Amino acid sequence: MIEAAFRGRLGSFDLDAEFRVPGQGITALFGASGSGKTTVLRAIAGLARLRDGRLQVNGETWQAGRRFVPPHRRAVGYVFQEASLFPHLSVEDNLRFGLRRSRSTARIGLNEVVDLLGIAPLFDRPTAMLSGGERQRVAIGRALLSQPQLLLMDEPLSALDRVSKEEILPYLERLHASLSIPVIYVSHDIAEVERLADTLVLMERGRVRASGPIAGLLADPALPLIHMPQPAAVIDGQVIARDARYGLTDLRVPGGVVTVQGDLGPIGRRRRLRIPASDVSLGRRAPQDTTILNALPARIEGAEETAAHQVVVRLRLGQRGEGAALLASVSLKSWDTLGLRVGETVVARLKAVALAAPGAAPELAQAPPAHTA
Amino acid sequence: MGEGHLFDASMIETILLTLKLAAITTVVLLLVGTPLAWWLARTRGPWKEVIASLVSLPIVLPPTVLGFYLLIAMGPDSPLTALLGFKLSFTFEGLVLGSVIYSLPFVVNPIRNAFEAMGDRPMEVAATLRASRLDAFVTVALPLALPGLMTGAILGFAHTVGEFGVVLMIGGGIPGETKVLSVTIFDYVETLQWGKAHVLAGGMLVLSFVVILAMLLLERRLNRGRT
Repeated sequence: MIEAAFRGRLGSFDLDAEFRVPGQGITALFGASGSGKTTVLRAIAGLARLRDGRLQVNGETWQAGRRFVPPHRRAVGYVFQEASLFPHLSVEDNLRFGLRRSRSTARIGLNEVVDLLGIAPLFDRPTAMLSGGERQRVAIGRALLSQPQLLLMDEPLSALDRVSKEEILPYLERLHASLSIPVIYVSHDIAEVERLADTLVLMERGRVRASGPIAGLLADPALPLIHMPQPAAVIDGQVIARDARYGLTDLRVPGGVVTVQGDLGPIGRRRRLRIPASDVSLGRRAPQDTTILNALPARIEGAEETAAHQVVVRLRLGQRGEGAALLASVSLKSWDTLGLRVGETVVARLKAVALAAPGAAPELAQAPPAHTA
Repeated sequence: MGEGHLFDASMIETILLTLKLAAITTVVLLLVGTPLAWWLARTRGPWKEVIASLVSLPIVLPPTVLGFYLLIAMGPDSPLTALLGFKLSFTFEGLVLGSVIYSLPFVVNPIRNAFEAMGDRPMEVAATLRASRLDAFVTVALPLALPGLMTGAILGFAHTVGEFGVVLMIGGGIPGETKVLSVTIFDYVETLQWGKAHVLAGGMLVLSFVVILAMLLLERRLNRGRT
């Protein structure tokens, strides 16, 4: 469990943020620029000191009252927006900087990190000769090797171009899958958050607007997320069947089974789906004579009319609405014509179901994706 | 001192004394100037500019003015002399102290600039990688400020070799103790030994040029490969 409460003024910025998030998985600190995300992250690392602060990380108190553990005594790894590699050190010495100084016996070894992040080919290059994506991978590796109990990432992808971003994301997903270190990830990009986060802390003007599991928050009518231009639901599922003939994979999700195009890996593998509201239509009966693969019973939980004569319908999968949250965007005319009501069970047809992470996370032993300089 | 010989033992003695003074002064300057530069680069507050101004004073002050006050401070009746139990004026040690004060801005300012240019980020990164403040200072800040440290050291050395006014005021010209190069050239000219003056002055000219060239080349090399 990570419990944080920071109150106070830093420069001209007023912060009053309090949240509790699980001590595992990826927690996204999400909000607009200037909402205080980075300040909170710096306060967690001890780089910023707010006079009125409380911080406990998995039972260890890092700040409370007069107690303030200095940053170098906190077992955090910090990945800055710009990679900030030490220019006077080689790639290897950058990686070893924190490893050498960590008191705990190394749980994460150099070889493991090098494999995980595909850093081996970069070892002999001067840091100035690395591409943006490569630098950031080395920075992530360097942070991991300091044996953190908590990994803090401050928009690690925002300084990168689209290609480099796509190059790094699979590594982050791999990290998530293979290491048990909790991560707090600052981002203002909802696509990144949908792809990576388990828990979401929504920040607004220095305050925490809401926090909790991501699926719930994305579909929460009281929060601005559902009103974003392209609202979507994320659903975590598990592979239960593969059909080689048609190249399909069945995923069990809370409240149903979803069929997805493509081979999503062995039975039991956990995958995350992202289902945009605009790809979900609603009907009273199961569709016949249709090309749509997925038609699942779902219960209407609520509906919000948007300015564009659309209705964003909140649903939960399953006959009794016991499953995962789903969003559907239908026209106001269809909504009224069908006479749909809250509490009613309908059939949700999913036009497209995509993995939240299209470039599937590479396996550990597999060669890393091409990263030409 | 036969006018027929361009080199003699006293000239060699002078050159060695000058180099010794410059070397010791440079070491002291780096030891004193680096922490001072770090403090100036990292402190925010009204005191910072006051101290910075004091450090930079020798740049604008006529050396004789500085030398005059130093002479008084090191003289037989000063509190400093009472404190030390011996007087520093007209001694080699006094010359070192005077040179350190006189060359301080030439060492502190480049190092301070290097520390400021580096920003807070490297120290923050080091802290999140478990390095204590001192550890990070030694293993990150100093290597990153190396070009500034080199520039400071070279300027400090060269400036000490070339100083005249302060030396004349507090050191006089005791051979083997305080009679350094610049004072010796002055002596040669006064006593019309133009040939010897030429040797020393020409040597200084060449040395100064080589020092500055080396500094520029070194800086360029150190800055290469850093972004």
